[in-house]
Amino acid sequence: MTSVQHDSEADRQASTVDVFDPKVSRFDIVKEGLRRDEIEIITYESQFQGTNSKAEKRVVRNIAFLFIISGLAALAFLGFYIWWPWRFELGHTMGDYYTPALGLTLGISLFALGFAILAWAKKLLPHEVSIQKRHDGASPTDEQLITGQTAMFVADELAGGVQRRPLLKGAIGLAAAPLGIAAAAPLIGGLIENPHKGDPPPLFSTGFNPVHNNGNPVRLAREDGTPIRPEDISTGGQATVFPGIPGGATNEFADSPTLLIHLRPDDAEETRRNAEADRRNRGSMYGDYVAYSKICTHAGCPASLYEQQTNRLLCPCHQSQFLITRNAQPVFGPASRRLPMLPLGVDDEGYFVAKSDFKDTVGPDFWERP
Amino acid sequence: MKRRKVDLAQAPATIARGTDERFQAATPLRALLNKVFPDHWSFLLGEIALFSFIILLLTGVFLTLFFDPSMKEVAYEGAYPALRGTEMSAAYESSLHLSFEVRGGLFMRQMHHWAALLFMASIVVHMARIFFTGAYRKPREVNWVIGIILFLLGFFAGFTGYSLPDDGLSGTGLRIASAIMLSIPVVGTWLSAAVFGGEFPGHLIIGRFYIAHVLLIPGGLLALISIHLALVFKQKHTQWPGPMRTNTNVVGERMFPRYALKQGGFFMACFGTVALLAGLFQINPIWLFGPYRASEVSSASQPDWYVMFMDGLVRLMPNWQIYIGDYSIPPLFWPAVVGLGTLFTLPMLWPWLEARKSGDKRIHNLLERPRDNPERVGIGAMALTFFLVATISGANDVIADKFHISLNAMTWAGRLGLIIGPPLMYWLAVRVCLGLQQHDREVLAHGVETGIIRRLPNGQFVEVHQPLGPVDDHGHPEPLPYGGWVVPKKMNRVGALAPAIKGFFYPVEKPAEAPVSPGMPPVSGDEREEITSGR
Ligand code: HEM
Ligand code: FES
Repeated sequence: MTSVQHDSEADRQASTVDVFDPKVSRFDIVKEGLRRDEIEIITYESQFQGTNSKAEKRVVRNIAFLFIISGLAALAFLGFYIWWPWRFELGHTMGDYYTPALGLTLGISLFALGFAILAWAKKLLPHEVSIQKRHDGASPTDEQLITGQTAMFVADELAGGVQRRPLLKGAIGLAAAPLGIAAAAPLIGGLIENPHKGDPPPLFSTGFNPVHNNGNPVRLAREDGTPIRPEDISTGGQATVFPGIPGGATNEFADSPTLLIHLRPDDAEETRRNAEADRRNRGSMYGDYVAYSKICTHAGCPASLYEQQTNRLLCPCHQSQFLITRNAQPVFGPASRRLPMLPLGVDDEGYFVAKSDFKDTVGPDFWERP
Repeated sequence: MKRRKVDLAQAPATIARGTDERFQAATPLRALLNKVFPDHWSFLLGEIALFSFIILLLTGVFLTLFFDPSMKEVAYEGAYPALRGTEMSAAYESSLHLSFEVRGGLFMRQMHHWAALLFMASIVVHMARIFFTGAYRKPREVNWVIGIILFLLGFFAGFTGYSLPDDGLSGTGLRIASAIMLSIPVVGTWLSAAVFGGEFPGHLIIGRFYIAHVLLIPGGLLALISIHLALVFKQKHTQWPGPMRTNTNVVGERMFPRYALKQGGFFMACFGTVALLAGLFQINPIWLFGPYRASEVSSASQPDWYVMFMDGLVRLMPNWQIYIGDYSIPPLFWPAVVGLGTLFTLPMLWPWLEARKSGDKRIHNLLERPRDNPERVGIGAMALTFFLVATISGANDVIADKFHISLNAMTWAGRLGLIIGPPLMYWLAVRVCLGLQQHDREVLAHGVETGIIRRLPNGQFVEVHQPLGPVDDHGHPEPLPYGGWVVPKKMNRVGALAPAIKGFFYPVEKPAEAPVSPGMPPVSGDEREEITSGR
């Protein structure tokens, strides 16, 4: 706040009005206050000629009208709020208009109130121009000096004293440092989680790791947990699959969703050629089937839009595109790393299994990824 | 027993005296009542941010009464049939409950969200006003820095807020946030594990975001907004140049009664706007997105508009991966961490950078018209263009889809636009400013164009100009100095023609007030000359 310091003695002397004089008008007292706050009123005049002019009456009528509209709309709001059916029901019902009715009535009420107040302030209250002095810049130099010296005095008593008493210096250091760390430790320590702990470490493994199935290969399952056979997917078709373990389709295994694709023979041929040429993907396809992690290597969205014509997998988040036939190499967009391939196999009962976990790290990239 | 008479009419005075005896409130209260504020429509933008923040506090508290920040899986049994039986988090269930089974709950949720959008929008426009008028110059640099931190806090308030319902869309946002943390060299995995309490998504994040969203961030916002306003109060508002206005005074009206009343009216109008938007325009229909599943995403999943520039930058980043021995830095790191950091720290330093370059250490209480500082306008235009291209690119898949443009073309257009757009706009803005400046000077030197054409004896046609000031013996206008404010350019602005009629339904009797330049008092009736001898 502006704290214009007044020497009340000086004020009283400069004052031309005696505010205690009963004959002095209120406006003169107000003016005296303005003078003390270094304000000068240049104009303060009614916006109307004379009192009770036709124009003034019209403005007053309009403002009153706005206030009344505001009240009526508020009543309407209450009416809708209480009596209009509001519960959600299927289909096109009266309840669909509950929220719009609330918004409309409350909006009109508040708007009318706002405009009434604005019109009152702008049209009815006298027009005013006042000038107030500013006080910028630094404090007087002597004040600066005194405060500075006072601060130095305090510093000298404390720091200088410690400087002169080496024992104190060491002791305070010994007390403060451990206590500071001790205060920070529980705050930070509680939050620290080792991202690499766990066997297998969750950063590098998914629900397809055999440990989740007592060391046996994990089946590929649909969202409801039913396993999948090769025959279930027609040529050119695809399915999102999850580890066939309890909770495999939940967010517990957020890195595990995988896209299983049944390629057309010529595409499959090309895909296989490229996969076999790759150290990690070698032997991971099963027939014309290939499975890629669905978790985008860019920022982890599910790369879920499969374009059959071009064999591209498109991630809807930042439009990275991965070429299915070429080991899911990124061909466009911000992703820099291919989608990992899941080594596919089929168990004795004819269901798809993961022969092992993904051989590449699934999901968004990070510093220490092998 | 004598009954003590209580004089009710004296009560206010008695209470006031009692208060003053205890708190010495009289003098500061008078100073407050009397404080003079300058007025201009552009000074309202910051107020809108304040008003929407108040609306956020009010509606937000209502939401907390029903929202359950828990990630426990439950089966939905509520009123919305399409999701019945679906497994979802308790947070999502309570948000659905709030939308369908709490009377007026959906209205409140939508008010909260619309107020958030308005809050961020008014902050951005307010910042642009501050920048282009040079209001951040000494002594107001600190308030500029606070303003940028307010934007940053609002950004995180919004992001944590729309993550809370734990629907399909917000889960995707969380996933990307986790990836952004992972992308930081060396500490990335540790940071993400600390925030999420282990591997993404874990069971803690909604609870943590909740406390950040309803306590930590609003607390920070409240503290900074208080400091921001206290500084405006202490340093007094800047004002435009104009008659009587100098660097050492404030010309306007006193805070009470008129100024404060107007602010109250604007608050109600602002509140009304949010109510109308919330009632009539659906926002964030979480029931359509379903619960968050790591395997599902809807296309066209966009964040709120104030996060979209981030998304756009991330989309435009080429896939450059840096390898350092066995370690690597993913491309996501550059736009999302380095980019965001630079985008916030560079502007913070700007007031000092500019002062250093111009060597200007003076105190500025008068605003500068944008045209009078073309370089600043150019830099502002650059920044806005960058922000705009990034934001549009955040929706480039929607645009590509709607207008049948290839996505790849959109991405490339964005990449090029981000590099070529800003310098182009810089050049354009500087040219426009110089042009406007020149026109002002021309009018001051020759007068206002009257639209009257005269034919000279030699057959040449010339337009008659009305000089704005005195003329010399030959009838040539004496050049006038430029006062940093609007130069009248139309005849009705100098009172030579009937003023433009004001008033919507009825003409208002008083003529429009013409803006006047200092040193150029408005031409009043008797001084006005008929144009007889134009040049
Ligand atoms: C500047 C401050 C704030 C911003 C920008 C903000 C923004 C948001 C946004 C965008 C949402 C998502 C709304 C939706 O579901 O569509 C949200 C939700 C929420 N906000 Fe805020 N908010 C702010 C302050 C507050 C405060 C102060 C509180 C409470 C004290 C609060 C409580 C909540 C709650 C409980 C939810 C979850 C409600 C639900 O979606 O079911 N917010 N916020
Ligand atoms: S998450 Fe897939 S492109 Fe960004």
